[in-house]
Amino acid sequence: MKQNPLSFQLKLNPDDFLPATEEEKQSQVVMRESVSFWKDGMRRLSKNKVAMVSLAVIILVMIFSFIVPAFYPYSYKEQFKGANHLAPMEYSAEEQARIDAGEKVFPHIFGTDKMGRDYAIRVMMGSRISLIVGLIATAIILVIGSLYGSVAAFFGGKVDLIMMRIVDIIYTIPDILLIVLLSFALKAPLETLKGIPGFSWVGVVGENLISIFIVFALLYWVGMARMVRSQILTLKESEYVTAARALGVSNGKIIRKHLLTNCIGILIVTTTLQIPSSIFTESFLSFLGMGVAVPLPSLGSLASDALNGINTYPYLLFIPAVLISLIILSFNLLGDGLRDAFDPKLKH
Amino acid sequence: MLKYVAKRILLAIVTIWAVATLTFFLMNMVPGGPFLSEKAISPQATAALEAKYGLDKPLMQRYFTYLTDALHGDFGDSLKQRGRTVMSIIKMKFPVSARVGGISVLVALCLGVPLGCIAALRRGKFLDSLISVFATCGIAVPSFVVCTLLMYFLGVNLKILPTMGLTSWKHYIMPVISLAFYPTAYIMRLMRSSMLDVLGQDYMRTAKAKGVSGFWIMFKHAMRNAILPVVTYVGPMLAYTVTGSFVVEKIFVIPGLGGEFIGAISGRDYTLIMGTTIFLATLIVLMNVVVDIIYKLVDPRIKLK
Amino acid sequence: MSEYLVDIKNERLSFFTPAGEVKALNDVSIHLKEGEVLGIVGESGSGKSVTAYSLMGLTAHPGKLLGGSLYFNGHQIEQLSEKEMRKIRGNEISIIFQDPMTSLNPVYTIGNQIMEAILLHTEKTRAQAKDRAKELLELVGINEPEKRLKQYPHELSGGMRQRVMIAIALACEPKLLIADEPTTALDVTIQAQILELMMELKDKLGMAIIMITHDLGVVASMCERIAVMYAGKIVEYGTAEDIFYEPKHQYTKGLIRSIPRLDTKEHERLVPIEGTPVDMLNPPKGCPFAPRCEECMKICLREMPPVTNFGEVHYTQCWLNQKEERSANE
Repeated sequence: MKQNPLSFQLKLNPDDFLPATEEEKQSQVVMRESVSFWKDGMRRLSKNKVAMVSLAVIILVMIFSFIVPAFYPYSYKEQFKGANHLAPMEYSAEEQARIDAGEKVFPHIFGTDKMGRDYAIRVMMGSRISLIVGLIATAIILVIGSLYGSVAAFFGGKVDLIMMRIVDIIYTIPDILLIVLLSFALKAPLETLKGIPGFSWVGVVGENLISIFIVFALLYWVGMARMVRSQILTLKESEYVTAARALGVSNGKIIRKHLLTNCIGILIVTTTLQIPSSIFTESFLSFLGMGVAVPLPSLGSLASDALNGINTYPYLLFIPAVLISLIILSFNLLGDGLRDAFDPKLKH
Repeated sequence: MLKYVAKRILLAIVTIWAVATLTFFLMNMVPGGPFLSEKAISPQATAALEAKYGLDKPLMQRYFTYLTDALHGDFGDSLKQRGRTVMSIIKMKFPVSARVGGISVLVALCLGVPLGCIAALRRGKFLDSLISVFATCGIAVPSFVVCTLLMYFLGVNLKILPTMGLTSWKHYIMPVISLAFYPTAYIMRLMRSSMLDVLGQDYMRTAKAKGVSGFWIMFKHAMRNAILPVVTYVGPMLAYTVTGSFVVEKIFVIPGLGGEFIGAISGRDYTLIMGTTIFLATLIVLMNVVVDIIYKLVDPRIKLK
Repeated sequence: MSEYLVDIKNERLSFFTPAGEVKALNDVSIHLKEGEVLGIVGESGSGKSVTAYSLMGLTAHPGKLLGGSLYFNGHQIEQLSEKEMRKIRGNEISIIFQDPMTSLNPVYTIGNQIMEAILLHTEKTRAQAKDRAKELLELVGINEPEKRLKQYPHELSGGMRQRVMIAIALACEPKLLIADEPTTALDVTIQAQILELMMELKDKLGMAIIMITHDLGVVASMCERIAVMYAGKIVEYGTAEDIFYEPKHQYTKGLIRSIPRLDTKEHERLVPIEGTPVDMLNPPKGCPFAPRCEECMKICLREMPPVTNFGEVHYTQCWLNQKEERSANE
């Protein structure tokens, strides 16, 4: 037998050839700790800088559109005489006189619009409207879509077939075209509804806004319904659900424990990504003059109004334009971050 | 395959019928009728006008008449543009919109596909970051924002491009950028992720193991597979272009069908609204059918089903 | 010019992942003569596929060759340019992958994919290439080759597709065929057919084969030489007889004990290897197998064992053999 030259370089004790204990063996094994799906997802999300910045932006915008207006000295409909088209931080003649008299006057941070209304509060209210529309519309879509999808998936067979044909048809209807049409057609009936006692809230919310919600409820849920259905169908056929059933787990528990926990990640992601698309649609309609009713502002209608004075007052356009893009961008990026964190299929 | 095409066309016909029906009843739901806004018309004159346009007949009868007429391409006369049929307006205005929209779709494809590929191939490098940032921001900016900002900077401020009309090639630049902006960004994202997916596939390794050169691996093996999701996006992209034209044609004062549609809505031109809606919906639905059939042709995997 | 067709000397290769360096290959040496069959056995992540891929210059990103030399048929692989390497791939060395379901491009016909390899490496015209493709399909036992050429991968069964993969690999009559777990993804009945086909083709065409598998049963019937890999190292190397009748390393012994056998007595159970595979990001300091080894000694946890030779071919890396050697010397 050949001797290995290496063995002479090592100083070996006879002790070294004694059997090692179990503890000594285990100390060599480094195991990565196992973490739960949620913890793992949250950890990955909090590490995702882009998503966290987006979340911060969204929270900031929410503070500015829901909390700050309550403390703001001006109202979005209040018109100041002689304060038309003030530049940012500029005061009207009357206000200047009051300042000279020693009074404190809150500045018009973004100036005023052509009707002499404070632009900063209008922008805040505008983003409030955009956010409300985005959130409520998404909630409607989520509820209708997941109900419809799960009913179809659960009953299966003929029910599923017919329900999905309906979805197919709605899916191919060009949505914006129909929204435009509906918001046009529903305007008058809603106006009459507003006059009926008990329905005065219609006027507060605005007829156009309600027709937007109706359209979302009628058309936009199909994507969500398809997704929920296919998700449930794959889960229904998955082996661990079969295994759970074979072990005698009750239906309710299977739904709670397996179907819901597995669906919820993808539901959160889809919902988050639905919000910007709803905001997008609302601003598009408002820009075309089919969104919220005057004097209520929306970021879309603010941009549309500013278009006429684009030569002299470009900032009136820039502010809502940048804000709407920022809101949509933040929601998109947050949604992407959530998907990276919670979609197990993308886990590498 | 034939069965699939037949099924798809049948579904399209049902959809178009649903849109037409919905449009008709929605328009007839609006109280007051189309002549309400014009003041000081005597009841006799209103009755005469209503008789002329057939508005005095029962609703269901009007519905069937409308559907049969629409089948023959007759959407009736425009209520506001005297002496012109809805079809003649569509015939006159649609080619303008189609030209702008068609160029935009081509631009989006020609820019989005190669740039998305480049981003995937240069993954993690500077060029990838640049393209990805553009794509992410691109899908967040609504078309009206792109329009108005372009208008301000290029048209009003720098005055290098005309802001109105559609008479020279220069007039096309801003509308096309506005319309192609979102689809380009979207296609880039789609192409990038699809390409990354394909690059990780086993058959790419097979191709490499065969000794295929880098260029051919990308061109023959990767691109051919990665482009499939983009084909499915062409349908939604066409729909986006049609609706996008509403804003773009309004802002840049382009004499197209989108602007006409918005004008008809603010002018309460009922027949024109109905006709245009049905026409555009039919267009989008049929284009989707064509795209779906093309998809079946380019992806051999689903041919049998 | 070496006497061997394949001669890998002291190869070291690492993957530089974001989580840290993974030493996928640590001092791996392999040699193979023309027409020989070598089996590389090991569990997933042991580095068996990485060894084979590096020989074809197919090391995936972020892998990097850190040391050693790889000779194939007189070429020094690690010094070839990408262009020179392409002439070898699919021509002199071919590979069959594990999963035939995903290894064929779904949007091209079978014919197109076989002909691609032929057209790349020969001067044949398209018509000649098509004839050759038909010939190859017949060779790998696919009936109605004319019809199959026009079919897409998804229209064929798994076993069929693996035959197509073999046809592609054989298109240019390679000197070396690497089979990377060619039967893992297939049904058991098909497995035997594919292995039989490979041996038949080897006898007919006389190429060398490197058979990568985690199935000792596969190598037993096919391979003249066997390398047992664990955590990026060859822990034992020898002829099939050496490995099966005189295994020296505890891991090899464990592997053999865990094969089901027909001649076991009724109450004898299969013995599994306890523990989990090594986390390659945090490998143990000493012998990587030590924590799972029943005969583990204190030294095993501290130092990597040196090589112990048993004759011309057979060698292992295990302290137990060193201990025996020492006590024999004393």
